Amino acid sequence: MSNEHIVRSFAQELQRLSNLVTQMGGVAEAQVASAVKAVARRDVGLAARVMQTDQRLDEYEREIDAEAIRLLALRQPMARDLREIVSALKVAADLERIGDYAANIAKRSLALAQVPLVRPAVAIPRMGRLVEEIMKDVLDAYIERDVDKAVGAWQRDEELDDLYTSLFREVLTYMMEDPRNITPCTHLLFMAKNLERIGDHATNVAETIHFLVVGEPLMMDRPKSDASSFAVVTPEATDGA
Amino acid sequence: MSIQTRTHVKAAEATNPQAAAAPAAKMVARDVKVFYGAKQALKGINIDILENKVLALIGPSGCGKSTFLRCLNRMNDTIDNCRVEGLISLDGEDVYGRRIDAVQLRARVGMVFQKPNPFPKSIYDNIVYGPRIHGLASHRDEMDEIVETSLKRAGLWNEVKDRLREPGTGLSGGQQQRLCIARAIAVSPEVILMDEPCSALDPIATAHIEELIDELRENYTIVIVTHNMQQAARVSQKTAFFHLGDMVECDDTEEIFTNPRDERTQGYITGRYG
Repeated sequence: MSNEHIVRSFAQELQRLSNLVTQMGGVAEAQVASAVKAVARRDVGLAARVMQTDQRLDEYEREIDAEAIRLLALRQPMARDLREIVSALKVAADLERIGDYAANIAKRSLALAQVPLVRPAVAIPRMGRLVEEIMKDVLDAYIERDVDKAVGAWQRDEELDDLYTSLFREVLTYMMEDPRNITPCTHLLFMAKNLERIGDHATNVAETIHFLVVGEPLMMDRPKSDASSFAVVTPEATDGA
Repeated sequence: MSIQTRTHVKAAEATNPQAAAAPAAKMVARDVKVFYGAKQALKGINIDILENKVLALIGPSGCGKSTFLRCLNRMNDTIDNCRVEGLISLDGEDVYGRRIDAVQLRARVGMVFQKPNPFPKSIYDNIVYGPRIHGLASHRDEMDEIVETSLKRAGLWNEVKDRLREPGTGLSGGQQQRLCIARAIAVSPEVILMDEPCSALDPIATAHIEELIDELRENYTIVIVTHNMQQAARVSQKTAFFHLGDMVECDDTEEIFTNPRDERTQGYITGRYG
């Protein structure tokens, strides 16, 4: 049995769809990296470019949606082909959202660049590096259809949650120390939240890869470490420290 | 072997009165082998055909799915050099057993063919032919009733009620096929076998038949052979994939079409199998 479609044009169209997703992933990855760089370097020009480039991701998503819907209607795909197309739709939606978060980080970096640097800002590049690594692994896993790599990346999201929780506490402490820190720290908090959300969308993509290759949803319980929702930092505690 | 299976089924019914809640096997095939002369067409098929479900048989031409279908009501008996081995049972009774009369069996396990084949008689006579020869009806009003219920069940009544005396061959292809289904239903079968019932029909007529299959499922057990994957996906609850005389995989239709276990099934339904 050959692995080739008898109808070659169908195989080519599926490949094209998959390529679009891969390209979109590359753009999303670059957007996140640039947004984090814009924060670290207080680079206003780069931030503006990230904000502009976001529409390219929107265009990719529209193109992938249209292509997927066309294939569903015209080819009535089954089994792996069906999963391939549904996965493209889902991954594109996650990547689009990742792009939105990257653009938002870039936007906030403009505000952040107007006020003096606060120390917790160094956590953003650190979180950013981890997010970039996770995204790279997930996108490689998509290209290679590598379930193990996808699951590995999926599990690393825990580290990201830990970083986010510790940054959350740190930022609250800074705000208590000096009200002038509130503006930059609030932006940092949202940036960190955006990075944490990007990580969540990357894990969605990892789950989609699992479904695409194995045919079943990933049933493992992912360790959830984002404890920031429960974090309470009181002035007394800060004084004591 | 046949006796064992029979007692097994009976015992299961006796010890578990709630068994009716779980889907019961209306027909069971165990290690069914079919030979046309020296050539083996089926290599040991095992399938449970569940009551009030639609089972779709799919596979490339020559894979044995029609041969298997024809075993279920002994249509292969009429083929000279055809030999059937293994067990096929209906309600636990071996259909190839001595106590079974093939003509009676075909009243219980009816069949609808690829090309609509109404008798060259009136619509009315097409329907009452079976009940008449099986002695199910003799009086005029009994027959009228059978004609009306059968045509209603086949979704054809409203279209033909005013012209029951006209020849069945004068109907459109889709109507003829529904007439054949009505004819099959008229003898109150328990199982209906369909061999590509829509392959000669347009999409609208096909939709009518598929809608009908879904309704008929309430009262009958249905086995359908189809080359149309989408049709198998639309009408059946279970799908069996046949390949080179083997049954490769039989599972919930949803599973077969989203996540088949076997590479050959995957290759066939996605159009990769050459």
